Amino acid sequence: MKVEIKVPPVGESITEATVASLLKENGAIVKMDEEILELETEKVNQIVYAPAAGALHLSVKVNDVVKIGQVIGNIDTEKAGKEAPTPAAKPAPAKEISTSEFPIRKKEAEYLQDLGKKPSEAPKPQKEMPAEAPPREFPKGDRSERRERLTKLRKVVGDRLMEVKNQTAMLTTFNEVDMSAVIAVRKREQDNFIKRHNVKLGFMSFFAKACVAALQEYPDINGYIDKDEIVYFNYCDIGIAVGTEKGLMVPVLRNCEKMSFSEVELKLKDFADKARKGTISMDDLRGGTFTITNGGVYGSLFSTPILNPPQSGILGMHAIQERPVAINGKVEIRPMMYLALSYDHRIVDGKEAISFLVHIKKNLEDPTRLLLDL
Amino acid sequence: MEEIFDLAVIGSGPGGYVAAIRAAQLGLKTVCIEKEKELGGTCLNVGCIPSKSLLHSSELLWKIQNEAMENGLEVGHVKVNFPVMIERKKKVVAGFVKGIDSLFQKNKITRVFGHATLKDPNTISVKSGKDVRAKNILLATGSESIPLPFLPFDEKKILSSTGALALPKPPKKMLIVGAGIIGVELGSVYSRLGSEVIFIEFLDRVCPALDGTLSKQLEKILTKQGMKFHLSHKVIKAQQSEQKITLTIQGGSGESTLDGDAVLVAIGRRPFTKDLGLEALGIIKDAKGFVQIDDSFRTNVKNIFAIGDLVDGPMLAHKASEEGVAVAEFIAGHLPKIEYMAIPNVAYTYPEVAGVGLTEESAKATGLKIKTASFPFKANSRARCTHEEEGLVKIIMHEESKRVLGVHILGAHASELICGPVLAMQLKATVSELADTCYAHPTFSEAIKEAALALTKGAIHI
Repeated sequence: MKVEIKVPPVGESITEATVASLLKENGAIVKMDEEILELETEKVNQIVYAPAAGALHLSVKVNDVVKIGQVIGNIDTEKAGKEAPTPAAKPAPAKEISTSEFPIRKKEAEYLQDLGKKPSEAPKPQKEMPAEAPPREFPKGDRSERRERLTKLRKVVGDRLMEVKNQTAMLTTFNEVDMSAVIAVRKREQDNFIKRHNVKLGFMSFFAKACVAALQEYPDINGYIDKDEIVYFNYCDIGIAVGTEKGLMVPVLRNCEKMSFSEVELKLKDFADKARKGTISMDDLRGGTFTITNGGVYGSLFSTPILNPPQSGILGMHAIQERPVAINGKVEIRPMMYLALSYDHRIVDGKEAISFLVHIKKNLEDPTRLLLDL
Repeated sequence: MEEIFDLAVIGSGPGGYVAAIRAAQLGLKTVCIEKEKELGGTCLNVGCIPSKSLLHSSELLWKIQNEAMENGLEVGHVKVNFPVMIERKKKVVAGFVKGIDSLFQKNKITRVFGHATLKDPNTISVKSGKDVRAKNILLATGSESIPLPFLPFDEKKILSSTGALALPKPPKKMLIVGAGIIGVELGSVYSRLGSEVIFIEFLDRVCPALDGTLSKQLEKILTKQGMKFHLSHKVIKAQQSEQKITLTIQGGSGESTLDGDAVLVAIGRRPFTKDLGLEALGIIKDAKGFVQIDDSFRTNVKNIFAIGDLVDGPMLAHKASEEGVAVAEFIAGHLPKIEYMAIPNVAYTYPEVAGVGLTEESAKATGLKIKTASFPFKANSRARCTHEEEGLVKIIMHEESKRVLGVHILGAHASELICGPVLAMQLKATVSELADTCYAHPTFSEAIKEAALALTKGAIHI
């Protein structure tokens, strides 16, 4: 007998839905209550289950709009007998060999391209006439152009940036912080800090700890989207973006929620030393649940940082500038910093992002709040 | 729970076994599947190692016969006990196989014996065994000798290199089709043991992969040693009788026939992928059977890699080993690099030939401005002491940058001497750096310094 499959009611005031995905193919043998397809409405997604066991016949396809109560197929219970094993869809192998983004094989053409350039590793003895190409002169007046091959690093970075732009709903929200409290603490306790911990008390530890507190309050920002699921990390690995000769690197402070101010500063010093020596390892750079970037060191006042995929939030610090601000009806000069939070709107809502930033602002303007876990 | 390996290597030759060991060192759970009863692949069992053992034994004979007198040693007629020579070769091979076995044990690599066939991207079915499941698969099944289409191997009279390494006794007259490296090496062995050795080579020179100058000199030397060459000839027909084999060859001057007691066909090797299951998985090969890969050794199925003789590049054991290491490191998250221009090529004739980088012909073909210089061993300190004066060192330099583009050596110990130039290629050194280095005296290696000086400040000893 043929049992009808009807679109179930999805919720109050919803009269129609769209077929989002088919979970079983037309003709498949299904068991009772097995998931057949997924419906999508503006508010919620709903699975449709098989009302009986048998052969599935669907009269709708993906993207069809259906009404609540509409018959969208049937199950032929006569064909329930042996369950034909649905072969798992084998991902078809690629039809051709693509260019690898991790080239290992260096062949003749690339070797010969390098002639005239020396590998930068070992210091070369200065016994021979410099074989380097003469210093490049900026063309004066002629209309020629110069072409340089895009390095693999640039290309990969470029691709990732485009990926972020295209695959996330990235927005940026701003706020400003009166840094006078942090500056005062640093002034007052710098010597003691150095004596006790053997490292300077910088700004970054304040920011890192303020971020950790805010991330714990607004966990969506400490998560990321993995296909159909949102993954929430139960720890905070904060990446700190640093510019080096080789380019931008983001070493990660692991379990920053467990680190003290001194531990953060010591770790950052360690990363800086490694970066200078060129010994930062892949392990230092892997992962991260949130990133802090500081354009202020170069003089940036206000900017929109780009997300570090697959993370959902990045905090941009900027230059501290003395500005006149209104405090209790009077004009005062305060050292102000603009803060920017870029976030992925797919999992972080506007309200959350704004509140997150306000939380950080409050904890920086009154660092004792960090002490009291407020 | 089902055991799933991080890496399954199919083949335990120099590509496969080295990849497996490297992978295990990096902490990957590794299994190696070998279809033969012993590990080691072609190189260990029927290639590099047994041939070098026979080359050594036969070279010793040749040296005694040709050099004893002048060194004041009066040795009568030297008797050759071929079975003992073969037994020695077997012992050498067995030692190696045991060695790899213990390395596998030390590194806790699982060994599976049986013919492997890919079932799906993560499953390998093994003949008369259980399926092996792995996250990544490395194909390292190597190559096999190419026969003449009308003359299949019987490994008794019609030999591939495999059969030629296991003969009961040296044939009286051996015809060798193909005067490439494998051909001239095995030809040298049998020529020294008393066989009449005649080569038929399709191209116009011996060992066409080597630099032209060296090819020509090698031909002269091997001819002086008693071997005969029919260059620019091809074999068009073969007839076998009870006693002999007759090959009909065709060249510039028409057709002629050659008789022999045995024929060694050494015209090349092709990738061995029989029953590997490539077709079922849709893995792309080219017309010659080479598995197609990207620059990270990945086939068109992203978790299946291929290296060694299965893929393009020189069919050399050390090339396969480098590639095996690279794949293991890549899977473990590193980004290794292989500089193909720094992979040397060696012919273990006597004197040996070794080269790295571009030959003069291929350097000219790039259109770059080059300069070449050579230094003969007859002017070399050590060579004059041991009276091993045949040969030369030739260096090819890029004129503008003074970079080393290629180094070619014909001479005693060339296979060892080439390691200096290989390092120069690897480090992208200049010829000045080769010239300004101190080499021990007296050694053959000083010839490298002199050739380099010839291109820069001027040679001293010529």
